[in-house]
Amino acid sequence: MNIMLLMPELFQLLMVAALFVQSILQKEGAAQLKKWLPWAAALGVIVCYGSLAQNGLLFSGTYRLDNLSQFFKMTVSFGFFLAVINGINQPLLEKEKKCDYFLFMALSAWGLMILCSTVELISIYLALELASFSLFPLVPLRTKSGRAAEASVKYMFIGGVATTVGLFGFSYILAAQHATNLQQLMHMPWTWSHSPMAVMGLILFLSGLLFKLAFFPFHFWAPDVYEGAGNETAAYIAVLPKVGAVAVLLRFSPFLKPGLEVTTILALLAAVSMTYGNLAALLQKDVKRLLGYSAISHAGYLMVGVVAGTPMGAEAAAFYAFSYVLMNFACFWVLCRESKDGKNLMLKDLIGLWERSPGLAFVLAVGAMALVGLPPTAGFMGKFFVLSAAWNRGCNWLVVIAAANVAIALFYYLNLVRYAYTKADGKPFEPSRSPTESGSVWMVSVGLFLAALLILFGILPNPILRMFS
Amino acid sequence: MIEPHFPILTCLILLPLLGCVPFWFMKTSRAIRWWAFVLSLAEMMPGLYLLRFEMGTADFQFVESVPWVTDWGLQYLLGVDGISLFMVALTLLIFPFCVICSWTSIKGRVKEFHVSLFILVSALIGVFSALDLVLFYLFWEAVLIPTYLLIALWGGNGRDQAALKFILYTLAGSALLLVAIIAFRVEGGSYAIPTLMSRSFSFRFQQWMFVIMALAFAVKVPLFPFHSWMPGAYGEAPVAGSIILSAVMAKMGAYGFLRLGLPLTPDAAQYFAPLLIAMSICSILYGGLLAFAQSDLKKIIAYSSLGHMGFVVLGIFLFNLNGVQGALIQMFNHGITTGSLFAVAGFLYSRSGSHNLSRTLGLGKFVPVFMGFWGFFVFAGFAFPGTNNFVGEFLILAGAFERNLWIGALAVPGALLAAAYMLRPTQKMAWGEPATATGWRDMIPREWVSLVPMALLVLYLGLAPTLFLKVINPSLKHMIGALESRGAMTLMVDKNILRTSNNRVPFDGNAGGGGHP
Repeated sequence: MNIMLLMPELFQLLMVAALFVQSILQKEGAAQLKKWLPWAAALGVIVCYGSLAQNGLLFSGTYRLDNLSQFFKMTVSFGFFLAVINGINQPLLEKEKKCDYFLFMALSAWGLMILCSTVELISIYLALELASFSLFPLVPLRTKSGRAAEASVKYMFIGGVATTVGLFGFSYILAAQHATNLQQLMHMPWTWSHSPMAVMGLILFLSGLLFKLAFFPFHFWAPDVYEGAGNETAAYIAVLPKVGAVAVLLRFSPFLKPGLEVTTILALLAAVSMTYGNLAALLQKDVKRLLGYSAISHAGYLMVGVVAGTPMGAEAAAFYAFSYVLMNFACFWVLCRESKDGKNLMLKDLIGLWERSPGLAFVLAVGAMALVGLPPTAGFMGKFFVLSAAWNRGCNWLVVIAAANVAIALFYYLNLVRYAYTKADGKPFEPSRSPTESGSVWMVSVGLFLAALLILFGILPNPILRMFS
Repeated sequence: MIEPHFPILTCLILLPLLGCVPFWFMKTSRAIRWWAFVLSLAEMMPGLYLLRFEMGTADFQFVESVPWVTDWGLQYLLGVDGISLFMVALTLLIFPFCVICSWTSIKGRVKEFHVSLFILVSALIGVFSALDLVLFYLFWEAVLIPTYLLIALWGGNGRDQAALKFILYTLAGSALLLVAIIAFRVEGGSYAIPTLMSRSFSFRFQQWMFVIMALAFAVKVPLFPFHSWMPGAYGEAPVAGSIILSAVMAKMGAYGFLRLGLPLTPDAAQYFAPLLIAMSICSILYGGLLAFAQSDLKKIIAYSSLGHMGFVVLGIFLFNLNGVQGALIQMFNHGITTGSLFAVAGFLYSRSGSHNLSRTLGLGKFVPVFMGFWGFFVFAGFAFPGTNNFVGEFLILAGAFERNLWIGALAVPGALLAAAYMLRPTQKMAWGEPATATGWRDMIPREWVSLVPMALLVLYLGLAPTLFLKVINPSLKHMIGALESRGAMTLMVDKNILRTSNNRVPFDGNAGGGGHP
């Protein structure tokens, strides 16, 4: 076994270990943390980028390294890097808890990285638990917030139920098909008439992943957790677990032949998920809640690429996941910079953003338009790839619904732009709300960098696609 | 057809985008306006290269083909033919016009205004020159955001609602267009429009595709009954916004019918033609009647625009050369006259502070030159012989009578209404009592500069449209020819239509049906 194959995971583990040591050694380590963690996370992205081409099968066939796993590992580490620089200065986190906070965050990212490579049901389950459990403590780490406590209970409870159901489903699969390796399972029949128990088991097993994805009907936690958790924590929860879940779902996607019951059920749920998420988001006033519902609808779009069940579909979903990281972080970036003292941001707080900080307003506009799926952003390209991969795969109706949903989604995403740019609150421009307050030049330029990437990959998606294949 | 040449279309698309960069360093709004004006004129310079357009061929010219995302079949494919050449030209022409017309009317956020305008122009040129369906869609939707900002940030009092209605309505219309594009790829094997034009699709497929496309295009035109976003958007937008919306963006819909609707789904176009003709006649009459009832100057022009665009779509769906020629000429001419009318209304607004007719009375005595220009464009607006609109409208009516007496008979009152609703406000403005125009300044040099070229074009195109026809004819003839031959072929094959058609054609007819030995 070549240890070099596992470089991304090992590096992440190293980061976890370092955080653990620091958390034990010194209680007031926050200042130190700021000095090395962002750089280490950035180095992690480079390490992942360097190991994109790795290929292999480890640990008796339970752990596969291929373009899919390596691409998603890079996406996870990129997301982790963004989450670190986004959250390193968060106001509602006590200094002495900072090390633990990032320890759990890094641990969860590590779990997600492992999840990307697992190709065997038990190891998938373990990696999923590792990623989930280390996320649960992050939610309540928001100073003196009852909401955060409530959100964490909800998150843990629903997460617990979902994984239990998943485990139950796993037992059915094992009983019906006598195999746990995906490579073997792939060639077995998955029709209801042949083996109802296996189909039932597969659906139940996937529910554990659907929970991570905030996919209907496992979506209840998303708006509440987003609202209750700290802004920076919500940014992490909104993005990274989804990436991991999609990576595993794509492992299952060869199962999803057109016409199978599982495929139909997932397609149906995808349609419900995107429509429900969009409709519910129309009414939201809290920006984080709005993004929570938008996450539900985006889970539906990601699923369209999965149910396509082709390599093209996998490529499309991978691109979509990557652009989802970018566009969601772009929106959360503005949200975290704009919220005063870490409080939740309401739509009306965005009024006048254009005057206070034109750069951030632009980032928000690009992020929102990418979430709608308007060109020329990566969001459009992602949507286009996903839809075109799913056409003629037995669920054209799903493609039509997905395309029509763009028109619903436009309203609430546009609301972000509307409030930031066109609404006036009648108050004269106050010098106290000068651009320096809502973020230094450095902070704005990171946001602009995200926006630039969104537009760049919207026009030239080739670099990302090439990384995948 | 394909020879190495200067990538003129890319240049036209990129120049406005690159032109935005210097805005970053400009402080005074005066400098910004001058730079915008210079750049909009500079944009016309590479446009002159388009004069090398070869007449007498229906091929696409100035074609640029670069692989884009090869795995997914996307291609960066640009090119113009007789149909799109004048749309590109119209965009180039309207661009400096918009900059001049917003010289004083835009007061705040001058930089952002011009950036939005530049991006909009770039996207519009992209729409008219894209030959790859996805590229077309990309530019098509990229138009939305800058337009939304133009209306929502610099518009009148009801701007927020108007802008919201505009963007929701148009995006809802075109959301499914993406599905149609994907379906074309799967059925036809390519996103390239020239390739797809040579494929024939099953009638059923064509019907679905046509309905989806027609929805997107009808909203954009707009066509009755999808027009309800229009009065608000046209009325509330700033002058430059109204001009570019009516003069260029309305043409996107009609252009869509010509570029995609007719060539890609010819049988469905014929099948649905009665519906589209009925909708366009409704637009003509309904728009005319509503324009007659308005007291807001901009709303009058907006509704008149509904009527004119009704004529355009009518011409397209007549499927004879006269009609389509007329439609294309009318598209160009409507851009010039309606743009000018909106501009004059904007100039008046800067003096009166209101678009209401009762605030612009008795101009004939106090600002005669102004009144003269308004009157001139009004005459052009209702297609007075000798002006540009006459040519287009005459050809469309001729085509209508050629196809069916009743279509022609129903469209003629629309032309009469146009004269009525245009002359009614004109009379009030010229001689209305009590005059409100006392103490107004007559035309200032900047207004002369903007209106005189337009007036000259009105006369030139009205008196000598031959050059125009020479350029567009080959492409249109090719299109009509393809429509007729392919239509006949599918009629032979498809039993559904056979049953509905009255003249009974034998099944084993010798019309060259597919698969016949």
